[in-house]
Amino acid sequence: MSSRDVILAALRRNAPPASPLPQAATAITYADPETQFAEVFSSVGGKFVRVASLAEIDTELGNVESYANARNIASLVPGFGRANVDLAALKDPHQLEGIDVAIIAGEFGVAENGAVWVPGSVLGPHRAIFVVAQHLVLIVPAGEIVHTMHQAYERIRFERPGFGVFISGPSKTADIEQSLVIGAHGARSCTLFLVVERLPT
Amino acid sequence: MIGHADKAALFAANEERTHWHDQALWFVRLKRDRQAESIPEWEALREAASAIKAHTLSRLADYLEEFERNARANGIQVHWARDGAEHNAIVHRILADRGIKRLVKSKSMLTEECHLNPYLEARGIEVTDTDLGERIVQLRREPPSHIVLPAIHLKKEDIGELFHKELGTAKGASDPNYLTEAARSHLRQKFMAAQAGLTGVNFAIAETGGFVVCTNEGNADMGTSLPPVHIGCMGVEKIVPRTKDLAVFLRLLARSATGQPVTTYTTHFHGPMRGGELHVVIVDNGRSAILGQETFRRSLSCIRCGACMNTCPVFRRSGGYSYGYTVPGPIGSLLAPLRDPSNFSSLPFASSLCGSCSDVCPVKIDLHHELYAFRQELVRQKIVPFHKRLAMAGLSWVLMRTWAYRLTGGLMRRIVPRLPRALVYGPWNPWGRQRELPQMPRESFRDLIRKEPK
Repeated sequence: MSSRDVILAALRRNAPPASPLPQAATAITYADPETQFAEVFSSVGGKFVRVASLAEIDTELGNVESYANARNIASLVPGFGRANVDLAALKDPHQLEGIDVAIIAGEFGVAENGAVWVPGSVLGPHRAIFVVAQHLVLIVPAGEIVHTMHQAYERIRFERPGFGVFISGPSKTADIEQSLVIGAHGARSCTLFLVVERLPT
Repeated sequence: MIGHADKAALFAANEERTHWHDQALWFVRLKRDRQAESIPEWEALREAASAIKAHTLSRLADYLEEFERNARANGIQVHWARDGAEHNAIVHRILADRGIKRLVKSKSMLTEECHLNPYLEARGIEVTDTDLGERIVQLRREPPSHIVLPAIHLKKEDIGELFHKELGTAKGASDPNYLTEAARSHLRQKFMAAQAGLTGVNFAIAETGGFVVCTNEGNADMGTSLPPVHIGCMGVEKIVPRTKDLAVFLRLLARSATGQPVTTYTTHFHGPMRGGELHVVIVDNGRSAILGQETFRRSLSCIRCGACMNTCPVFRRSGGYSYGYTVPGPIGSLLAPLRDPSNFSSLPFASSLCGSCSDVCPVKIDLHHELYAFRQELVRQKIVPFHKRLAMAGLSWVLMRTWAYRLTGGLMRRIVPRLPRALVYGPWNPWGRQRELPQMPRESFRDLIRKEPK
């Protein structure tokens, strides 16, 4: 017998009596999910900015130190930002090293935990961009904030085969004496623009 | 064999550090409380998580088959390992067949359990743990002392000294920002040079054939998006039936673990990266045997958040190493002796049975009840030391007979206060080791109640 069959047989032999899957529990809803999202996103070290239009982002970005000082900027949101890295020209994800800022479109945000759903399809030719770039800018359409993870998973249709990630703020660690340090392996900062104007698709 | 109490005594010998360890973990417990209180349906969520796990355990084989089918359709290669040795051999073969010499790992308690690192290193593969805490203990050639906070037993000065020696940081520097920055650039080089990445699996989804990995640092994402080969290692119990079940567990996991609303990165893998390979190794290693034990099977529901450790008054004052097992604390005190009762027979006693672990467990494992049941099991199997069994037998004989209880109580009240201190606090009385025994009352409760006006 193969290991697979041995394991499955043992799990069947030792299985406890059947018990039903529970009904979905009622979950919290927020009076103003956008405000809740903004609060949580800031509390996990992110920077939340609400803007009326994409054009406004360019102005606002000027105030973001990491962007103002950036030499290499990659944008995955078409027609926006002063991007100067041609991601399609990079043959290997290792060539992403050296990108200072990556601008990525998030699909929606989750009010309860400040997470933004980023499907693999918006990450371009090399999905590593979201974690290799030194700083991250996320752009999320206003009105696309769900209350909880329950609603989030109702919306998500996984790309199969594919990839997707919830991002909640910049990368962080507290492994040295429980002191929070922002910028562990991934983004050193995470700025989120909630845009009222419809994003180009 | 050295038991938990002896190793705990070594840890507790440094009073200042023990207190600091206790406080550091209690701080995490308080953060967890704040997060739990922010969710009005918290208890219903725990209830749901517990029920989903119970259901899944009753149909594990079906869900694993469903997962395998869907994972294959997603282009994931699925492997099965009966035990740690087979797991290690599978991982090694994947690497060796491709000539891979440099592996980066993100946190995986399963590979700690299987002792994968020394196995691969002995075969000429460089293994780098990339979670900061894990890298710290790896450089110290130590195992993690906590499943979520691997270096919680160390002070920043210890880490500063280690990094000075290993990474060339400034001597005497101990600022966490500075040290983390040094680790970031050190590990970035490792990520850039790695030929494969290995991760644990927080949740595998039967209905979609994908899996989820949670980190704050982004190390799992670096390690699985740069090198073309990704290996995910999971115990058979990591499966959840449906996508929507993830919502329940992800709402509980980070809040229970570190008091965060969610981890920074919650990454969903449903296939290899472009031009790459994705392997999943499904490991039993004793889990199917635990499933067959009615009293203890709920321990397989564990989602490895570590909340039971942070709250445990024994863990906080005895440190992770006192348990001598990959998973310490209350849940480890079940999992370890379930695997090897004679080697870990002291662990079910490493608990005050206060029940705090059961109260915080996000999947409602009845930890303190199971620990208590395990003690009885050990006594039945005569694995408990003879003197302890003798004392228990004597005590139970007395407690079952009213006359014997009254007689011994009366004798003790009269005799003990007259005994010389050296006799009462001799080495045969462990209860008198760090504390004063209470004053013997002159009258028993029975005497007192008799005097009360009716």
